[in-house]
Amino acid sequence: MSASLLTVTGAGKRFGGLQALSDVGIDIKAGTIYGLIGPNGAGKTTFFNVITGMYTPDQGTFVLGGKAYNPTAVHEVADKGIARTFQNIRLFGDMTALENVMVGRHIRTQAGVFGAIFKTKSQRLEEAAIEKRAQELLDYVGIGKFAQYQARTLSYGDQRRLEIARALATDPLLLALDEPAAGMNATEKVQLRGLLETIKKDGKTILIIEHDVKLVMGLCDEVTVLDYGKVIAQGVPAVVQKHPAVIEAYLGTGH
Amino acid sequence: MNPTNLMNPVNLMTDALSKAFSNKWLVLALAIIVPMILSNFGNSGLRALAMAILFVMLALGLNIVVGMAGLLDLGYIAFFALGAYTYALVSSPHLAENFEWIAAMYPLGLHANVFLMLPVCALVAGIFGALLGAPTLKLRGDYLAIVTLGFGEIIRIFMNNMNTPINITNGPKGITLIEPAGIGFWDFGEGLDLGFYVVRPLMLYYYLFLAVTILIVIVNYNLAQSRIGRAWVAIREDEIAAKAMGINTRNLKLLAFGMGASFGGVSGALFASLQGFISPESFTLNESIAILAMVVLGGIGHIPGVIFGAILLAVLPEVLRHGVEPLQLAVFGKVLMDAEILRQLLYGLAMVLVMLYKPKGLWPKPQNEDKATPTATPVLAAGSAK
Repeated sequence: MSASLLTVTGAGKRFGGLQALSDVGIDIKAGTIYGLIGPNGAGKTTFFNVITGMYTPDQGTFVLGGKAYNPTAVHEVADKGIARTFQNIRLFGDMTALENVMVGRHIRTQAGVFGAIFKTKSQRLEEAAIEKRAQELLDYVGIGKFAQYQARTLSYGDQRRLEIARALATDPLLLALDEPAAGMNATEKVQLRGLLETIKKDGKTILIIEHDVKLVMGLCDEVTVLDYGKVIAQGVPAVVQKHPAVIEAYLGTGH
Repeated sequence: MNPTNLMNPVNLMTDALSKAFSNKWLVLALAIIVPMILSNFGNSGLRALAMAILFVMLALGLNIVVGMAGLLDLGYIAFFALGAYTYALVSSPHLAENFEWIAAMYPLGLHANVFLMLPVCALVAGIFGALLGAPTLKLRGDYLAIVTLGFGEIIRIFMNNMNTPINITNGPKGITLIEPAGIGFWDFGEGLDLGFYVVRPLMLYYYLFLAVTILIVIVNYNLAQSRIGRAWVAIREDEIAAKAMGINTRNLKLLAFGMGASFGGVSGALFASLQGFISPESFTLNESIAILAMVVLGGIGHIPGVIFGAILLAVLPEVLRHGVEPLQLAVFGKVLMDAEILRQLLYGLAMVLVMLYKPKGLWPKPQNEDKATPTATPVLAAGSAK
């Protein structure tokens, strides 16, 4: 197996009297798709938000790509190498699809106010590079022909793709997807699966939270099942699927 | 474009307008020629045009804050005031009269050149813009509007009261004898004799304002098409997503406040040099609201629309002032309604009509959604795309 990309040990998060996460640890290997599942209220989203800097964890050590990873502000997360999408799509609706992806390049480019106002040569070269890369990414996720459309006019499935393209534009080490298949029909799910497999094949690492157990089990190399903020099972999908604690969490105990 | 849109008279009118004024060379030619024609009919028309251009600058500055970054600012006039006072203080006898050490340092009085002072005023206003923006970073919408409104009033009240115990701003009496714009010993007040044609002082001011405005328009366009401008729009559209994309929203919001304010500062200095006199009553909340109305009416976030809105709302009162009373006299034989009252009425009516028929402004950013229906999903997933 390849080297670890993100290692979390002993993550804990408490909201008042509720221990949302306790002693959660995962180890995501580079170049794999890692699934995080669990019933409603299991702490999946809390864990996701801890990783993506939206919440500050109470305990836990985080190592990303061999370096300690302790983001203190949300905007540092993308810089450190984790790009995310949102459960309820959050695009820049009034911008074109192309511009949305171009925003994703923000963190990897540096032209400042001076360059922008005077259109210096380096700024113009950088702009051209941003645009070229953005178009490539749109083509990559399969919506290249909609580059000039306002993001909010795209169909639901295409908006999901656009979010993924925008996240990829930040050159992430880890692509974190929050319920990417939510609200999709069967055809769209198959297409999404194809896209995620392509992204994996091209060497990216993906963390995915999903309700759709079938999709996760078919797609992921490894999964973690959370319930009441604790890890109840971890490992390859085929084994986890048969784990008694998982069956109990999803179906309840036998009588 | 669907048929119901074509039927709508407001849309018909604005579509025709936006087509006519999309040609920038035509607009530039008009901007140069119209004052020459107006100068034959006395000074009031020229003065109205010069003020309209000043409002274009202000509206463009506010457009960065409100239109691009989406930060509702109701105290924008404060930066206009800061620019005006900064220039007024260093180019009028006021400071030398009140502070002996300044009089001793500059026995000839303070005579700063407006061209040299423009960058300084931009900087002062920009710094204040960022400073006043800093405490509002976590606010949005109505809350932000209230706080910025408060800041705008605070600056005006400061100007109004800073005559005691040390007289800095001369309080409500304002500052007089501000130097006109000029170069060396020649100033705009003398006019410019070209031999075959004498350019009157007001025209000189107008063309100066026009030149500065063109610069501001170029800066605006360049910013809008840059990484910075995109980041601003991203913050406006979805702040959380913008943060997740690695945009440092705090710095970029401060930058938006600062850049917007600096344009206000420049136009303030120009205003002071044109008027020769400034007092706090030029910088009331009403002016802030008027500028915001220009941005919203024209087309928030769309530069040509904002310019159009500013000219429309700045020129309209003048047209009414000179057109309404003679018209009423001719039709009814007496003046039934004062021009000022009619202006308020029409203002309100225009706002209601715009909100009903053109909620995005008279000349909004063109949208791509009408040209085709982007519903067809690509048949194959990304697998084959690379």
